[in-house]
Amino acid sequence: MKLWFAALFVLALAGMAAAAPEKAAPCLGCHGEAGESQTELIPSLGAQQPAYVLIQLYMFREKMRTSDIMNEMAKGLTDDDLHSLSDFIATLPKPSPPAGEGDPARMEAARALVEKNHCNSCHNADFSGRDNIPRLADQREDYLAKTLREYKSNKRAGYDGTMAEVLQPVTDQQIGELAYYLARVR
Amino acid sequence: MAKRFLAAGVAGLLAFSASAQQPVPPGSPLADRPPSEEAAKLAPISPPPLPTAADKLPAAKLHLPPGFAIEVYASGMANARSLRDGAKGTVFVGSRLVDKVYAITAGDHKVKVIASGLHRPNGVAFHDGTLYIAELSQISKIDDIEDHLDDPPKPTVIYDDLPKDEAHGWKFISVGPDNRLYIPVGQPGNNVARDPLHAQIRRINLDGSGAEVVAIGVRNTVGFDWSPVSHELYFTDNGRDWMSEDVPEDKLNRVTKLGEDFGVPYCYQGNISDPEFGWGHSCSDFTPPVALMGAHTATLGMRFYTGSMFPPQYKNAIFVARHGSWNRTQKLGGDVVVVKLNKDGTVKSVEPFLTGFIENNEYLGRPVDVQPLKDGSLLVSDDWNGAVYRITYKGKAK
Repeated sequence: MKLWFAALFVLALAGMAAAAPEKAAPCLGCHGEAGESQTELIPSLGAQQPAYVLIQLYMFREKMRTSDIMNEMAKGLTDDDLHSLSDFIATLPKPSPPAGEGDPARMEAARALVEKNHCNSCHNADFSGRDNIPRLADQREDYLAKTLREYKSNKRAGYDGTMAEVLQPVTDQQIGELAYYLARVR
Repeated sequence: MAKRFLAAGVAGLLAFSASAQQPVPPGSPLADRPPSEEAAKLAPISPPPLPTAADKLPAAKLHLPPGFAIEVYASGMANARSLRDGAKGTVFVGSRLVDKVYAITAGDHKVKVIASGLHRPNGVAFHDGTLYIAELSQISKIDDIEDHLDDPPKPTVIYDDLPKDEAHGWKFISVGPDNRLYIPVGQPGNNVARDPLHAQIRRINLDGSGAEVVAIGVRNTVGFDWSPVSHELYFTDNGRDWMSEDVPEDKLNRVTKLGEDFGVPYCYQGNISDPEFGWGHSCSDFTPPVALMGAHTATLGMRFYTGSMFPPQYKNAIFVARHGSWNRTQKLGGDVVVVKLNKDGTVKSVEPFLTGFIENNEYLGRPVDVQPLKDGSLLVSDDWNGAVYRITYKGKAK
């Protein structure tokens, strides 16, 4: 009986944690109300790692990562805003994976590529990410491909140089396969 | 926090019931783990872009030999990296993950941002009143900087004939005894083929002219200095990742002739032929290190100590900051060591000096660079916390 009560209490706390800070409303307009973006090239944010989100918001605010819209949105944010927004975004539900499971041969070939390049090392075996390393699972394929290409060409500098480093031996065609796989892997 | 525990509990239950029933089904993420699950736990570690509050810094947990003391010199500088002292007591601090160069004022140790909007301004050098800043792919300067700490002009670019690679593109910079700027160009990846534009240390004149290659076969040096005795250039170099837990070790090298080859990517730590690039080469074709600095320790900033505050055995020794490993299960480094030399410039010993940054295999802080001050005390930067500490010698402890 006591155990039930404790479990209910914890569940209630978890529900309350999802109360959105006021400044989060504009984020959800483009990135999706329930953690899942419906818009081309705009990433889903659901269940994203809070340390990663904080870094990205900081970089948008300081114009270290360039995007006209995001630089404008992040302009007036305080350090406290960065913390509360990134903690909130991490509580958004996971995006749902695409309907199909993908072509099995293509998925298998890409899986070998993923292992060779250690993607599943830093980003975790289930691609849920950790700390400053982002969640990739259930992300939009178009956004994954764009981001990988920008890291490889040094167009997107990243917080540290890790992604530019690991992508040096990866070809453009392979980037397409990686994005295909990462968007569909279960 | 409660939520995280709950999630872990649910995940644990699910995992338990799944494993009790049947082996991992094909296509499950659990089947996709790389050959070594332990290796899969290792990932580069990045600090947050906001600095640690002054009262939360780990200074009280740090250890030094008897008679030495450490205090916080300045804090609140996100990602504080390379250090350089000016002529009038200002200390300049570069950064890598943020876009700023800081100045710590003389006397009251106030922190000012003197340049921002820069791209990985890791390196700072000072010569004849001028501050030199090394960004990822360009070198710039601000003249008479110490007279303009409150109204610094924008840096003027003097040299930008540099690759734009993010990997190992951040730079240390220093002015040599020949009054030239020394700048590294790291390998653009963990372990990649050599080309004529990378894996080297260059030098240029103070106006950016006359570029010349000083050393090749250098993977990623983030610290160098010249012997006050022989005037030879000594530099640290980081070994490659993912070869194994224990090799290759990072290196301390010495340049004895212009254009000398230190082996990367054919040979690591002076005696390991690289499994991919080593074929057709012999380690004996390259200059071996004067000291090995530990596997994956990320041996970075270094300075010769010529001050008179510390005891005589530290005179002309090298203080070296080891940022600490990520590509290793048991963290190694994350300290400052002292390298004592023989009369002929070879290494006599590598000894611990400042320790205590690792607690339960987690970083409390990560040293990046060292800088002796004119009074003989020694500064240490910590990019994890965005702080600079000062080490003094108070005499033998009772």
